Amino acid sequence: MSLLVKLLAQRIALGLLLLFLVSILIFAGTIILPGDVAQQILGQSATPEALANMRRDLGLNDPPIKRYFSWLGGLVQGDLGTSLTSGKDIAESIGKRLGNTLFLAFWAAIISVPLAILLGLIAVRYRERWPDKLISAVTLASISVPEFLIAYVAIFFVSVRLRWAPSVTTINDSMSLSEKLHTISLPIAVLTLVVLAHMMRMTRAAILNVMQSAYIETAELKGLRTFTIIWKHAFPNSIAPVVNVVMLNLAYLVVGVVVIEVVFTYPGMGQFLVDHVSKRDIPVVQACGLIFAAVYIGLNMVADIVSIVANPRLRHPK
Amino acid sequence: MSDKLLKVQNLKIGATVYPPGEKPHDIEIVHGVSFEVEKGKVLGLIGESGAGKSTIGLASMAYGRGGVKITGGEVWVNGRDILKTTNSDVRALRGGEVTYVSQSAAASFNPAKKIMDQVTEAAILQGKFSKKEAERRAVELFQKLGLPDPENIGNRYPHQVSGGQLQRCMTALALCPEPDLVVFDEPTTALDVTTQIDVLMAIKEAIRDTGVAALYITHDLAVVAQVSDDILVLKMGDMVEYGSVDQIINNPQEEYTKALVSVRSIEHAEKTPTPEPVLKVQNITARYKGTNFDVLKNINVELHPGQTLAVVGESGSGKSTLARVITGLLPQSNGSVHFAGRDLSKDLGGRSKEDLRELQMIYQMADVAMNPRQTVGTIIGRPLEFYFGLRGAEKRKRIVELLDEIEMGEGFIDRYPAELSGGQKQRVCIARALAAKPKMIICDEVTSALDPLVADGILKLLLDLQKVEDVAYLFITHDLATVKAIADSIAVMYQGEVVRYGGKTDVLSPPFDDYTDLLLSSVPEMKLGWLEDVIANRKMESAGN
Repeated sequence: MSLLVKLLAQRIALGLLLLFLVSILIFAGTIILPGDVAQQILGQSATPEALANMRRDLGLNDPPIKRYFSWLGGLVQGDLGTSLTSGKDIAESIGKRLGNTLFLAFWAAIISVPLAILLGLIAVRYRERWPDKLISAVTLASISVPEFLIAYVAIFFVSVRLRWAPSVTTINDSMSLSEKLHTISLPIAVLTLVVLAHMMRMTRAAILNVMQSAYIETAELKGLRTFTIIWKHAFPNSIAPVVNVVMLNLAYLVVGVVVIEVVFTYPGMGQFLVDHVSKRDIPVVQACGLIFAAVYIGLNMVADIVSIVANPRLRHPK
Repeated sequence: MSDKLLKVQNLKIGATVYPPGEKPHDIEIVHGVSFEVEKGKVLGLIGESGAGKSTIGLASMAYGRGGVKITGGEVWVNGRDILKTTNSDVRALRGGEVTYVSQSAAASFNPAKKIMDQVTEAAILQGKFSKKEAERRAVELFQKLGLPDPENIGNRYPHQVSGGQLQRCMTALALCPEPDLVVFDEPTTALDVTTQIDVLMAIKEAIRDTGVAALYITHDLAVVAQVSDDILVLKMGDMVEYGSVDQIINNPQEEYTKALVSVRSIEHAEKTPTPEPVLKVQNITARYKGTNFDVLKNINVELHPGQTLAVVGESGSGKSTLARVITGLLPQSNGSVHFAGRDLSKDLGGRSKEDLRELQMIYQMADVAMNPRQTVGTIIGRPLEFYFGLRGAEKRKRIVELLDEIEMGEGFIDRYPAELSGGQKQRVCIARALAAKPKMIICDEVTSALDPLVADGILKLLLDLQKVEDVAYLFITHDLATVKAIADSIAVMYQGEVVRYGGKTDVLSPPFDDYTDLLLSSVPEMKLGWLEDVIANRKMESAGN
């Protein structure tokens, strides 16, 4: 087995182990949460007998270990359980929400990742000159302002004053792709502003680091143009750190959009999670938590795999 | 000036320096240098570090490394002053008319791209050749430079070929666009001697066959004597002497040039072994953790008190590993280290303070062997405190004594390493080792990073100290000239084994084993035509076999 395959297998196994450990954490976390679903469902007027019956029906009297393994067993078979409050199948109701969240994250990523890398390349090309300083100032300012503030300011100017895009971004299946994109254009723009700075700064730093190398001097002494050197000689050697930051930000686009979804009333996972936390619907919260964790771990795993594969020494062993 | 390919007039180069504790300011590092190169001729630029030779070489491509700026003078290439031309003109010059071969091909090749793409890039970009033509030319050059499998080596990545091969690929890279001038910047300095001779010959033949002119930059006069037509000797950014290779080597006029020509003139008579060796290495076999390959195979050597054992070999021969075993950094899998009448524990943890004190080490890179935030006094004082419990005035007195011994003096006691020259740093490291009053010092390539004249000074100092302190040296080096200068006995290592061992005179006298013969005959000599003679001899021998 080649070293590359071995490293990849190790990394994937590690990801799965991590996911398993996270599932324990999530389960343990929800157990120690205050409040009681049975109480929540029956309301303040519930009799002790009714509460006890409810608990028994929901399986809340079983020992935690047993409950964990029956939950895990379901998970492995794709069964996320049923919602305690609505009685619906969780997988089904989450599926649609997750689809919406991924839709938004996908389009935000399509715009923000190439833009961030391009800005990073430009910043390197004109380092310590005004384009570099302008890019840094703007992106750092946008990351420093709380995202809900950017969102409301954007709503005020773009939706209310200019009327270019709607402020309520509810989408449904009957809409065409272009209608959907127009509807979610504002949240995409705000998310892009939020994640841009981090990726741009990392691209800039990683490439500047490589620009110190002797082979960059070789390229300069071949008479190449500065931008050609950055793009063809420096960037391929800075992929690993850049991909890591890109993946972290993609994860944020999926996991961290709660605020944006609430501000724009977008029917995604974030809102779904917030609703069910307030209802103490433990199975739904657990499922959401696990999906978020899986996204995070999965994307970071992809980042590591790309870093491993991007290393020519591993790809082309002696 | 039709046949003058390169004409440099009164070239002045400045740089911004950032001295510790002072404001950054500009200094001049090259003070008005003039020279010419005709078509097809090779000019050797020679000098020690800081002479400005690389800076001048790069200036002929209108390039300044880091904060280096060309502040005055003229650089004419093919009849135009390249310092007074547009950016796009300079780009056409670089990689087209003038190309560059750097010291470290390993660092100068982009690790993420195939060799072929990098070799042909400039030729294609400058519009000299189509991709197909450039690749054909590259294969021809690979063949001419003696690279194995010239048809396919271009498809490899830089890490997939050896250092010597990569250096030849770099030469191919420079020759591919059919330049008028190639700047060779220490192209063989980082190579082993036996590899250097092949690369040197390949470069020389390539220059002859393509009719290209060259600037050949090196600190090694013996090397430059083999490839140049003319030589320009530089010192601290000034021209010292400029003449034909014959005149510089055989009839140098300036004192500095004479010193360079006669460097390595230390004479040291071999001492006879004593009955009781201070170090006895017996049947040492060792391997690194997690590998199943013996880096050292059954090593037996002895070192006598007050004498020097030189362990010589090329990179990968296991000589530094032997030092690691003796110091306890790498426990051996078999054999024993007998030191000062006792057996040393295999690993460092099992050794007494006395073991540690009596066995000291000096390293190749004095820079990284010292804490940059400690003064010279603190650095030398530390072993005095640790081993002898000296404090205050007593400690200071001993530090001053040691500073006098290394010919530096009390004035250096409060200086930081950054304020010292390379040679001074190495001297401080020697003083630190001596402070422990050791019986033996392991010197691991201690002069390899130093200029020849400075290295000579260090070797002389080590020999003088040996007489005074009666300390034994285990001297690890790849440099046979150093070995001749200071050794009493020699162990030649090759692929983890000692292939030849004995007193200096015996080891360096025929009959030789094949490897020692190859090693000895590969060391450049300060003699015109030496390279051709060696190559001719080897061809004859291989024809005779």
